[in-house]
Amino acid sequence: MIELLAQADNAVDGLKAVGAGLGYGLAAIGPGVGIGLVVGNAITAMARQPESAGMVRTTMFLGIAFTEALALIGFVVFILLNFA
Amino acid sequence: MNSERDKRSPERDIAFDMARRSLWVFPAWVVLSGFIWGMGGALSSALGYVLVIGNLAAAAALMAWGVRTSPVALMGATLGGFIVRLAVLAGIVLGASQLSFFEPVPIAITIIASHLGLLVWEIRYVSLRLAAPGLDLQRPGKEQK
Repeated sequence: MIELLAQADNAVDGLKAVGAGLGYGLAAIGPGVGIGLVVGNAITAMARQPESAGMVRTTMFLGIAFTEALALIGFVVFILLNFA
Repeated sequence: MNSERDKRSPERDIAFDMARRSLWVFPAWVVLSGFIWGMGGALSSALGYVLVIGNLAAAAALMAWGVRTSPVALMGATLGGFIVRLAVLAGIVLGASQLSFFEPVPIAITIIASHLGLLVWEIRYVSLRLAAPGLDLQRPGKEQK
């Protein structure tokens, strides 16, 4: 009985690690799409209106950083699931 | 995209501004973490702060290089950099988790709060600068954006 409980405990730990890894990977998909959209549109804007490149780059960097926050939330969940 | 104008780097300016502003808040947060979680908490908060600032600096450097090079390089540097930076962050945290001082909760709070907090703090200045460029006070020796 004790062996069975120990095995179940190990399985829970293993599943937790798998879930954390999967969650981190899945959480990176959305921001990846978002960053692609931001950069693609920024390149279009810079090509259409090169004189506004400074403003576009500023907005692009901030947009990317905000989008990346979603991936960082996934990363934090990964940390908490694995180590907390 | 390789004009004289592209030699300026708004990304680096923003990353530098964010790092500079964080120096106001960061020592207080490390001390507070030390009170709550002990020495391990303070060190973990410091690690989280270094990860966030390093992540922003790496993103800025990669984007500045991409803009200088070509649109394809910009796209590649941004998306490739995103994946590589996430992998590096995970690698550093997995490595640090083997150390005795590692505390997951303060590092998690530091990463989210400092990233979002610094961005919101920075965006106040950037929106003002974009909305009213004439009000932007030029620092001595710094070119007007």
